[in-house]
Amino acid sequence: MTKEEIIAAGGTKVAAKPRLLMDVNMHYCPGCSHGVVHKILAEVIDELGLEDSAIGVAPVGCAVFAYNYIDVDWVEAAHGRAPAVATGLARLNPDATVFTYQGDGDLAAIGTCETIHACNRGENIAIIFINNGIYGMTGGQMAPTTLEGMKTSTTPYGRRVDLNGYPLKITDLVKELDGTCYVTREAVHTPAAVRKAKAAIRQALMNARDKKGTSFVEIVSTCNSGWKMSPDKANKWMEENMFEKYPLGELKNTVNPK
Amino acid sequence: MENKEEIKLLKGNEAIAHAAIRYGVDGYFGYPITPQSEVLETLEALMPWETTGMVVLQAESEVAAINMVYGGASSGKAVMTSSSSPGVSLKQEGISYIAAGELPALIVNVMRGGPGLGTIQPSQADYFQAVKGGGHGDYHLIVLAPASVQEMADFVGLGFDLAFKYRTPAMILADGVIGQMMEKVVLPPARPRRTDEEIVALCPWAARGKFGRKQRNVSTTLELDPQAMEKNNIRLQETYRRIEAGEVRFEEYMTEDADYLIVAFGCMARICRKAIEDARACGLKVGLLRPITLWPFPTEAIKALSGQVRGILVAELNAGQMIDDVRLAVEGRTPVCHFGRTGGIVPNPQEVLNALCKDFNVEMEDAK
Repeated sequence: MTKEEIIAAGGTKVAAKPRLLMDVNMHYCPGCSHGVVHKILAEVIDELGLEDSAIGVAPVGCAVFAYNYIDVDWVEAAHGRAPAVATGLARLNPDATVFTYQGDGDLAAIGTCETIHACNRGENIAIIFINNGIYGMTGGQMAPTTLEGMKTSTTPYGRRVDLNGYPLKITDLVKELDGTCYVTREAVHTPAAVRKAKAAIRQALMNARDKKGTSFVEIVSTCNSGWKMSPDKANKWMEENMFEKYPLGELKNTVNPK
Repeated sequence: MENKEEIKLLKGNEAIAHAAIRYGVDGYFGYPITPQSEVLETLEALMPWETTGMVVLQAESEVAAINMVYGGASSGKAVMTSSSSPGVSLKQEGISYIAAGELPALIVNVMRGGPGLGTIQPSQADYFQAVKGGGHGDYHLIVLAPASVQEMADFVGLGFDLAFKYRTPAMILADGVIGQMMEKVVLPPARPRRTDEEIVALCPWAARGKFGRKQRNVSTTLELDPQAMEKNNIRLQETYRRIEAGEVRFEEYMTEDADYLIVAFGCMARICRKAIEDARACGLKVGLLRPITLWPFPTEAIKALSGQVRGILVAELNAGQMIDDVRLAVEGRTPVCHFGRTGGIVPNPQEVLNALCKDFNVEMEDAK
């Protein structure tokens, strides 16, 4: 049966493409976490009524084209500079709700300085941080969050800490900064995890809207193409390896303390 | 702050800060570096957020500051930054993005001697960087070269007016002398910052939140389709041709009867004026052409004068940069020589005159 036939037969619509997700083909690989995060982000913006006030800041990396997919105003930043661009936007547009969407190379390597200082100033922005431990767009090179022993195109024999240093737990770092009000680490590999991640993004965007300080939502993600795994196997590998180094859960919440 | 014209004794850097508030600038993002730190210091002391609502923020780096400018400019706000040579090198990535994004912004460079960390003394050695690109890609900045504290103040408004008119970043290319010296300056009456309605009308492209707008706005510099990217480049170049046709600014001093011409900008133009007066006192007819816009360059004016004079001396606080553009304008019609000091040394008028006499084999017994 087609969608139309099901609806004509009295079927009830229980799920739909989010209204603010644009009707274009995504460039993301099948199985990649970006698609799910984009979907819940678009839903949250709509549900909170932020379509008019939201300004997104896109990174350089796989999510460079995030602005093609969510129907709000966007600024595409230089590599790593999204938190600085967002600072300018948020300071000069107090009526706007400003968020960045960044990968691990963008946020935790080239943009570390901008990330730390935007968080430390408590800029009224939400930072959504996709951590898949690899540079996806450029073809699978080592990221600051690449796990020890993990093979990438620039660590073909596995990351060695004596050569490349340790995986950077930047989320634990920004938790310590007085400017952050909400810091959490989520994933989108199961329906339950997606629900939690969506609640986290909702909290972060509400904090940005209400000028509570900087919110930081890490989404531990898969890059099945870069990891050279099937989507299913990538999810399993993430659970078994990534979550050990990057355990899920709320790290800080001064807005709604438990 | 007064809503009328006001006369003050100010450093060039201080004049930039006062003029910015009075122009109605929305935001300033800066980072301390000698010899321009007074811009940020003056703004912080004047607390414009209490009066006009202007945002002033000390960023964590020059890189962050220019990207804050990029964000603010993307939303249609009048935003600026200032720095000095090593800091402006750090800003080049952001400047390229602002130019590519067709965004208005003002960047101030109070030049010090380089290369490297160089010196904190005055220099004009960033001419190439400012005029020939600086960052990556085919782009230009509108480059204004002030030669007085008054022009430091005036060029804030002029820079923003041009930046918004052409949707392109403008730069005030000053030097450490102009930034640090004190002069009388007439500050314009203060005007309010643009309202949201005015920004929407002036900048329909601004990514400031849709707020009822049907089409979303996206500020991006990325285009993977070569045909579309070339179109973007052609559009940029068309803008640059319009700027070249309409915005060349220069000042001539005693050129009508000049047998020799000096071309100099910024503080060197001030020194050369004295040199010209001294030369004329000894019977040597020298004139000055001072480019006010370094880009677009006063090519036609120099070309016209090159048929009249026996030689042109280009005087700069560098090892020879603007001389390239002068030579391109002159096209061999008359000899072009260079006088330059580097390392932060500021010459006196006599040195300029001696160079002119030596280069063009002129006898000037009385010129001492």
